[in-house]
Amino acid sequence: MDTLLLSRIQFGANISFHILFPTITIALGWMLLAFKLAWQRTGNEKWMEAYRFWVKIFALSFGMGVVSGITMSFQFGTNWPGFMEAVGNIAGPLLAYEVLTAFFLEAVFLGIMLFGASRVPVWMHTLATFLVAFGTTMSAFWILVLNSWMHTPAGFEMRDGVAHATDWIAIIFNPSMPYRLTHMLLASGLTVAFLIAGVSALRWLWGDRSEAVRATLRTGVFVGAALIPLQILAGDFHGLNTLEHQPAKVAAMEGNWDTRGNVPLLLFAVPDEAARENRFEVGIPNGASLILKHHAAGVVPGLNEFIGEDGSVMHPPVAPVFYSFRVMVGTGFAMLFLSWGAAILMTRRRSGVEGLPRPVLWAMVPMALSGWVATLAGWYTTEIGRQPWLVTGVLNTEQAVAAVPAPMVATTLIAYLAVYAALLIAYIGAILYLARKAAHGDRPETTTPRGQPMAAHVPGE
Amino acid sequence: MTYFGDPAIWLPLTFAALMGLSILIYVVLDGFDLGVGVLFPFAEPAEKDRMVASIGPFWDANETWLVLAIGILLVAFPAAHGQILTALYLPVAIMLIGLILRGVAFEFRAKAPPARKGLWNLSFYAGSMMTALSQGYMLGMYIMGLEQRPATWAFAALTALFLTVGYSFIGAAWLILKTEGALQRKAVGWAKGGIWGLILGLGAVSLASPLVSPRIFDKWFAMPEALFLAPLPIISAALVALLWIALRRLPTSDDSFAWFPFAISIALFALAFCGMAYSFYPYVVPEKLTIYEAASAPESLFIILIGTLFVLPMILGYTALSYRVFRGKATALSYE
Repeated sequence: MDTLLLSRIQFGANISFHILFPTITIALGWMLLAFKLAWQRTGNEKWMEAYRFWVKIFALSFGMGVVSGITMSFQFGTNWPGFMEAVGNIAGPLLAYEVLTAFFLEAVFLGIMLFGASRVPVWMHTLATFLVAFGTTMSAFWILVLNSWMHTPAGFEMRDGVAHATDWIAIIFNPSMPYRLTHMLLASGLTVAFLIAGVSALRWLWGDRSEAVRATLRTGVFVGAALIPLQILAGDFHGLNTLEHQPAKVAAMEGNWDTRGNVPLLLFAVPDEAARENRFEVGIPNGASLILKHHAAGVVPGLNEFIGEDGSVMHPPVAPVFYSFRVMVGTGFAMLFLSWGAAILMTRRRSGVEGLPRPVLWAMVPMALSGWVATLAGWYTTEIGRQPWLVTGVLNTEQAVAAVPAPMVATTLIAYLAVYAALLIAYIGAILYLARKAAHGDRPETTTPRGQPMAAHVPGE
Repeated sequence: MTYFGDPAIWLPLTFAALMGLSILIYVVLDGFDLGVGVLFPFAEPAEKDRMVASIGPFWDANETWLVLAIGILLVAFPAAHGQILTALYLPVAIMLIGLILRGVAFEFRAKAPPARKGLWNLSFYAGSMMTALSQGYMLGMYIMGLEQRPATWAFAALTALFLTVGYSFIGAAWLILKTEGALQRKAVGWAKGGIWGLILGLGAVSLASPLVSPRIFDKWFAMPEALFLAPLPIISAALVALLWIALRRLPTSDDSFAWFPFAISIALFALAFCGMAYSFYPYVVPEKLTIYEAASAPESLFIILIGTLFVLPMILGYTALSYRVFRGKATALSYE
C-alpha cells in the first residue's frame, strides 16, 4: 500500500475513533444539564441519581474525545501538510476559533463540573455544566463549518494556488453547513437517547427497579422517538442539498450510473465499478426520482457524467458510499421502529417501563450503540462521497498528502489501531461495569451539593 | 491596520509571540502534570490517588495549551507546520499515543473495575514517560535544525532525558505546593533529585544552540548584545542556587514557602524559553524558514487576532477561576 492510501486509512481511523465520543458528549452535556435542572426544580432525587451515573460516562467519553482530538490536530500537519498550505487561510481561522471559543471553555469548566460540586455554590455548578454543554456544541459548530466548507466551498478566491478568504459570512454559512450541522446535532441527540435507553434497559434487566433507571429509560425512549422523525426529515433535506452541490456523491449513494428519469430506489445491489453497472439489483421503481425530484420521471444525474475527457474518474468510489448509505438509513429505520414501538407500549394504559416486554428491552441493549453505527456510516457516506476531492473543486486528496515513507505510516497506523481497539474495549467494559455496579445497588452514602445527606437507594420492588 | 505599520511584519511577529506564550504556558502547566506521572512509580498506592487528585481538575485544560500552540503554528505558519511535523513524524506519533494513554488513565483508573487499577496506573506512567521523552527529543531535534544524523539523534536523546527529569522536578515542586505530610516530604526529595535534570538540560541547550549555529553564536557573543544578555544566565544560576537552599529547608513547620519551588521553576522555564526565543528569532523552522516567509495571509491572521484579543483574556480569567476554586491542598477527588 502507498503512503496516500495508508495516510487516508490512518486519518480515517483516527477521525472515526474520535467522532464516537463527541457524538456522545455534545448531547449528553445538555442531557446532564436537564437532569440537574429537573432535580433543582422538583427536588426529586431520582434526577440527581441519574446525573451522578451519567456524569461518569460523560467524563469517560470526554477524556476519550480530548485525547483523540489532540491526535487529529497533529495529523493535519504530519499527514496532510498540503491541506493547510492550500486552504490554511480559511481552515486556520475556523480551527482557531474552535480552540479559543470551545476547547478552553469546556476543558476548564469540566474540572469544576466534575470535581467542584462541593467547592462552589449550586448555581455556579449548574453554570459550569451549562458552559461545558455549550462548549461542546460550539466545538461542533466550528468543526462542521470547516467540514461543510470542504464539501461546498464558498466566499474565497484562489491566488497562486492558495485560497484567500473574501467573505467570512459566506464561508461560515456555506451552502451545506446548516444541513450538515442540523444532521450532526440530531445524530448526537439520537446517539445519546439510545445509549441512555439501552444502558437503562440493561440495568432494568439486571434487576434494577430504581426510580432513576425508570426515569432515564423513559427519557431515552421518548427523546429518541421525538428526534428520529426530525432526523429523517433533516437527512432528506441534506440529501437534496447534496444533489444540488455534489451530484456525483448522490449518484454513488443511489448506485445510479446513467443520467436518466424513472430511477429506482435500490434497496440492495452490488455495484461493479469495473463493469460500471450493478448486479443483483432489488429496487422500488421510480423511488430515487421521487425522493430526489419529487416526480417519477425526474432526471437524476448518473456516475458516467463524472468521467473526465481523459478518462479520469471524477466521482467517488461507488461501493463504499452505496453500502454505508444503506447502513445509515437501515439503522435509522431500526431506531424509528424501536423507539416508537417502545413509546407506544409505555404510554398504553400508562403502563410505564413495566409495559415493555423483555424482548423489547433486550433489543434496546445492542441498539445502545446504534447511534455510533449510523453516525459512522453517515460520515463514511459523506466523506468518501467527497473523493477524489479533499476540498471540492479546489484540492485533490492526493495533492495534500505528506511525503512520509509508507512503512512509517504503516507502523504508526498499527500502533494507533492497537491502542484504539484496546481503548474501545476498555470503554465499553467500563460502561458495563458502572451499569452493573449501579444495578446491584452499589450506591455509597453520599451528600448532595446542597449538603443534605442522601440515603443509599435500595433497589427492588 | 495601517496604523501599526506593515501588517506583513507585525502580524507574524504577534502570532509568533502568541505561539511562544502558549508553548511556555503549556510546558509549565502540562510539565507539572506530566512530571507527576513520571514520579508515579516512586509513590505508594494511596499517594498515587492523592497525586492524581492534585492534577485531576486541571490536566485537560493544561493540554489545551498544546492544542492552541500547535493550532497557532498550523493556522499562522502553515508552511512551517507541515515541515516541522513531517520531520518529527515518529516522535509526534509516540507523544500522541503517550497523551492518549495517560489522558484516558485519569478516567479509567477511577471507573474501571478495581482489579484493573494497576494496569491503568501503568498506562498513566507509561503515557507520561512517552510524552515527556518524545517532547524532549523533539526539542533536541529542533535545536539541531531538524537534521537527521547520528550526532543529532544522540543530542536529542540527551535532551529527552533532561526534559523528562526537568518535568519530574516541576511535578515535584507542584506536589510540594499541593500536598502535605509524608507525601510532601517525599516530594521534596524528588525535587532534589530532579533539579539535576533541570540544570543539565538548561546547560546542554545553552551550550549546543550556539555551537550548532554560527548565527546563534554571533547573536549571543557579539558586543554589546552579550552585556544585555548576561543577566539571563546569571539570574538563572542565582535562581537555581536559591532553589537548592530552599529545598534543604522544606517543608517548613508552618508550610510557609511551599509555593517557592514551583514559582522558581516557572521563572526558570520562562527564562530558558526567552533565551531560546532570542536564539531562533526570526526563524520558525531553524535556519530554513522565517516567521515572515511562513505566515498566512494578513487578512486571515487579522480575523484570528481579533478573536484572540477578545477571547484570550476570558480564557486566562476562567483558568484563574479554576485554580482558585481548587486552591489549597489537594483533597480526594469526588463528583459529589
